[in-house]
Amino acid sequence: MEKRVTFSNTWLAVALILPQILLVFVFFYWPAGEALYWAFTLERAFGGGNQWVGLYNFTSVLSDPKYLASVRVSMLFAVCATTLSLGIALLLALFVDRRLAGYQVYKFTFFLPYALAAPAVGLAFRFIFAPDAGFFSAINDFFPGLWNPAFDGTDALVLIIIAQAWSMVGYNFIFFLAGLQSIPRSISEAGAMDGAGVLRRMWDLQLPLITPTLFFLIVINVTDSFVNSFGIVDITTGGGPARATDLMVYKIYNDGFQGKDYSLAAAQSIVLMLLIVALTFIQFRFVERRVHYS
Amino acid sequence: MVRIEAPETQGARLRKLAAGMIVGAAALGSVAAANAQERTKFEFWYGLPGQLGEVVDKHCELFNASQDKYEATCVGQGSYGKAEQNAIAAYRSNQSPTIVQIFDAGTVNFMLSGAIYPANQFAKDFGLTVDWADFFPGIASYFATSKGEMWSFPYNSSTAVFYWNKDQWAKIGKTKAPETWAELGSDLKALKEAGVECGFAFDFDTWLNLEQFAAINGIPFASLDNGYGGLGAELLINKAPFVEHMSLFKSWLDAGYAKIQTPQVGKTVVQAFADGSCASTHYSIALHGTVKSTQVAGLNWDVAMLPVLEAGKRANSIVGGASLWIMQGKSQAEYEAAAAFLKYVTAADTGQKFLSENTGYIPATKSGYDLLKSQGFYNDPARLNRDIAIASLSVAEPTALTRGIRLGNFTSIRAELRAELEAAFTGQKDMQTALNDAVDRANAILRRYEQTYQGAPLP
Repeated sequence: MEKRVTFSNTWLAVALILPQILLVFVFFYWPAGEALYWAFTLERAFGGGNQWVGLYNFTSVLSDPKYLASVRVSMLFAVCATTLSLGIALLLALFVDRRLAGYQVYKFTFFLPYALAAPAVGLAFRFIFAPDAGFFSAINDFFPGLWNPAFDGTDALVLIIIAQAWSMVGYNFIFFLAGLQSIPRSISEAGAMDGAGVLRRMWDLQLPLITPTLFFLIVINVTDSFVNSFGIVDITTGGGPARATDLMVYKIYNDGFQGKDYSLAAAQSIVLMLLIVALTFIQFRFVERRVHYS
Repeated sequence: MVRIEAPETQGARLRKLAAGMIVGAAALGSVAAANAQERTKFEFWYGLPGQLGEVVDKHCELFNASQDKYEATCVGQGSYGKAEQNAIAAYRSNQSPTIVQIFDAGTVNFMLSGAIYPANQFAKDFGLTVDWADFFPGIASYFATSKGEMWSFPYNSSTAVFYWNKDQWAKIGKTKAPETWAELGSDLKALKEAGVECGFAFDFDTWLNLEQFAAINGIPFASLDNGYGGLGAELLINKAPFVEHMSLFKSWLDAGYAKIQTPQVGKTVVQAFADGSCASTHYSIALHGTVKSTQVAGLNWDVAMLPVLEAGKRANSIVGGASLWIMQGKSQAEYEAAAAFLKYVTAADTGQKFLSENTGYIPATKSGYDLLKSQGFYNDPARLNRDIAIASLSVAEPTALTRGIRLGNFTSIRAELRAELEAAFTGQKDMQTALNDAVDRANAILRRYEQTYQGAPLP
């Protein structure tokens, strides 16, 4: 039999919930509704001339090869940045959890990147990785022309993936560390007594036990790389060269705020929202099955 | 049009934000004090960022100090684009400022908005005596309607010029800047042979590479008189002169005569010119002062008119910069205050001279220019030849092909052209294909815009 906690005082419940509902309505449902309406009309910049066009905005968005390329790049970006960031964060967390010398310092410093605003990260990475003057340009002294994010689309994509992964490592690290530290020491110790080495224990004991954390972080990282990557792209590559790093959210900004084509931007926002909902659904439906909540 | 490098913009934005918060808090505290003085207040929003924004802010202070009836509250928006976005958002929620500074590419949105008080009508209604014929035709025509009516007040004006390093050119025995693009080509070859690593720096900017080129050589940029004739215009930049011109740049790049300089590469064209690493570039005259103040010691340079296709056949270049628009729906008192402000900031002495002294912009009217000349302004070695920009804008009476470019959603069109230029210069496409693609995409944007503004005649 399931235990239920219920409020007998309905009015109190409503009063308690209302501020939250109101916030969600004003900052989410209302703008989302407005965007939905604009997506089916042609809205003038200053208003005052709105005409219904049905699916026209959606057909122009989805039949645009540049838009489809943008979707492809965004997916690639999300997968690579998430994998890279989670991989590094997990590695760092595993080592800090083993209490290597100086682990208290690492605990603090690894989290720092997350405290930086995305544009600041973008600016730093643009300087560091500039092909002519940057710190990283030394690589071109040995292999001329190997690294040039200003002209090479692949390099530019690599650059923003590194920047995004780097900025998320701190956040992921803290969660992984918390997950690892919540595993009872006795389990690891028992494994050690049975003769399992460090790597074997990490792989067979610690990793399976933090899968809930891993799953949570995958969802957060994928979503973040879709919606929060704007600052990095804007400063680092500006969507270029030749649209190689024109992520969906950056394209929405350009079409909507720079071009003042609110309807086209609204249609793209709806597509982006559906895509994120679909991805999250897939993650919960198929990936979560393999997660063991204790 | 002026582009400021991102680091400055970001920093300036943050500083502005912080300053804005402090000012906002202070303003709340001083409401009572202000009421006692009974000054009529109005808001002016500007887009210029960084140092240029500080100059505009100073302009406001000077106006406020010059009289005691009106008070301009000047708010920097961080960039031209933000100023336009925020003015639109503010208008939609009935919070618009009285005056807003809008850049060249935003002109058509404001003309079609129905949200503005046309400048010529405003001047009549509020007793502003403006001699519209006093504006340099090359400047006025860009901001005027197709019938030649001025709906906004030109404020900060610039145009593109050729920046060249005299010492480098002396190495090949020349004392004059090249007059044609072909001559620049042979100069670059000679410079390379004389050991100059980078003869010419350029980037993917369409205002410099395509728009100025079209005007100066009298080549149509778009149909229907560059869009002045209506929203049905189509782009024409995939025609031979443009393709050949951009292919010429590409050949310089491939031969190692020229370099592309963008923030992503590590240095902008202006930085690359000012630190002496590239011998020439083309850029807005507005950065003339910046080059002077940031150049390496001893850099011996000058500005000249942009090269043309054919010597002796030169039309006027087109203006960059921004104009001041008056918004609808303000009170009579606010408009009177705005009129006093506009009079102050566009006048020859209190307006144009101030702006020319503190930035690289050029005066917008003949009387402003005459005033500066009579005071020996351009004899100062730091400003020597800066008025070449005025000469370039007024080489000849503007024609239908040189008065400007009036295309809907020009910001997005510029972005498309830029992306295709990037594709061509990085070798993904040949120039003709890239410009064809650019035209196709730009025309799709134009058709969308036309449909959005169905039934709204372009003034």
